[in-house]
Amino acid sequence: MSPVLDNLDLYVDGFLTSLRIIVYSLIGCLLLGLIIAACRVSPVPPLRAFGTFWVTTFRNTPLTVVLVFCAFGLPELGINRSFFFFGVLGLILYTSAFVAEAIRAGINSVPAGQAEAARSLGLGFSLTLRDVVLPQALRTVVPPLGSVLIAMFKNSAVVGAFGVGGDLWSTGQILTSARGYETLPVFIGVAIGYLLITLPAGALLQVIERKVAIAR
Amino acid sequence: MSEPSVLYDAQGPRARRRTLIGTVVALLLLAGLVFLAVRRLVDRGQFTMEKWGPLIDPDNEAFDAVWRLLREGVVNTLKAAAVAMVLSIVLGTVIAVARLSLGRVARIPLIGLVELFRGLPVVVLVYFGVRVIDDVGIDLSGWPGGQVFWGLVFGLTAYNMVVFAEVIRAGVASLPRGQREGALATGLTDGQTMRIVLLPQAFRVMLPAIISQLVVVLKDTSLVTFVANYDELLSQGDTIQRNLDNPIQTYFVVALIYIAINYTLGRLAQYIQKRQARSGRVSRPAAATAAKAAGPAQVGGGA
Repeated sequence: MSPVLDNLDLYVDGFLTSLRIIVYSLIGCLLLGLIIAACRVSPVPPLRAFGTFWVTTFRNTPLTVVLVFCAFGLPELGINRSFFFFGVLGLILYTSAFVAEAIRAGINSVPAGQAEAARSLGLGFSLTLRDVVLPQALRTVVPPLGSVLIAMFKNSAVVGAFGVGGDLWSTGQILTSARGYETLPVFIGVAIGYLLITLPAGALLQVIERKVAIAR
Repeated sequence: MSEPSVLYDAQGPRARRRTLIGTVVALLLLAGLVFLAVRRLVDRGQFTMEKWGPLIDPDNEAFDAVWRLLREGVVNTLKAAAVAMVLSIVLGTVIAVARLSLGRVARIPLIGLVELFRGLPVVVLVYFGVRVIDDVGIDLSGWPGGQVFWGLVFGLTAYNMVVFAEVIRAGVASLPRGQREGALATGLTDGQTMRIVLLPQAFRVMLPAIISQLVVVLKDTSLVTFVANYDELLSQGDTIQRNLDNPIQTYFVVALIYIAINYTLGRLAQYIQKRQARSGRVSRPAAATAAKAAGPAQVGGGA
């Protein structure tokens, strides 16, 4: 394991860059996913169609293809940004489709009778949404949304492999190709780095699930 | 509204007017976005036959070569996905059965295995499969398909077998208790009960989830581009666009092919699920578990 211990500072830097990718993507995909989910449940047909189109497209395309589109397609259109920007953008676009589906499924899981009862009590649209539908939807959303987000954490490695540079994956690449270390110990180090992110995230998700779970 | 929603009542005249206004505004907005995008594409010369010709014009000199590459790519993608899928199902079943039949303590290493492989990015597992296996001196080049193919397959299998193990375990757990009790009461051994009674039913319940996972595996085959040369669909697209200098057009076609295959698989999964729910051959709680497992399974994958 000496290649890992000798280069621990590189690993720590890589770990932090990976975390940065994850945090930006987390904020982006939650916001965008919420907007797309709102489109999908809206009463306006063209918005629904747009939401369906978005979800179908990004759910069925590999993340890698979304990334090459961002990184090689957008410059062709005169949009020039860093690879980091394109990488995070691709991850956000891809994950937003899954986030939107998780949220929509949660809203649809609330029995229609709940909203009907709320309306017959005289609650308006926003009150029905805020006090009756969303609190119940939120509980159903947590488990699937959690697994979507953990999958996204792991997919940050794909963004790294794509050439963002400086993240955990790239650290492994540099150590093996440029410095000639053996691949096995170096990538065990990389794997441990990712496990340090995903395992606590998974445990946290379980705690939250247990907190919000309701028997229906 | 085409489908009843928890959020809205049947609309009255005022709400319908508001929806109409919303529809017009949304259409204008979307049309504006499309217009802007198309104008950008035209300005940048992205609609010329020079860029599109090799992909859509059969008379173009590069057309045959381009589509031969793409066809090869699709075949290689499907091959890797299919082999990885079969291996994952077999190994996943073994892990699930072991986990269900072992005692509390003996189960722990298996749970560790599942958590380990589920917690790692698929691209890292593919790296282990392709590069590390090679570096530690395991030679697979004699196998049909070659070193990279099997490396990719093993990487994908490592991740997906534990996903399947969980799916199948959920499937067995969702069966009515009477199934197992009845089988044991008729004198079948534990192994026979599992093999003859429980697993076949679990597979049927889990069929939609299994097909959904196939979509994930298919998409993940493209990860090999980062690790080694294997001529799957995305790599072929990369070769094409480097020669013809038309990344947008080529990747557009590549994306369409992926979407066509994966969308069809997704619909198939939905269809089977609906049919099972209707026919009642799968008990209702079991079908519900299947639906639940199918959801996260589909999103839980890598790229």
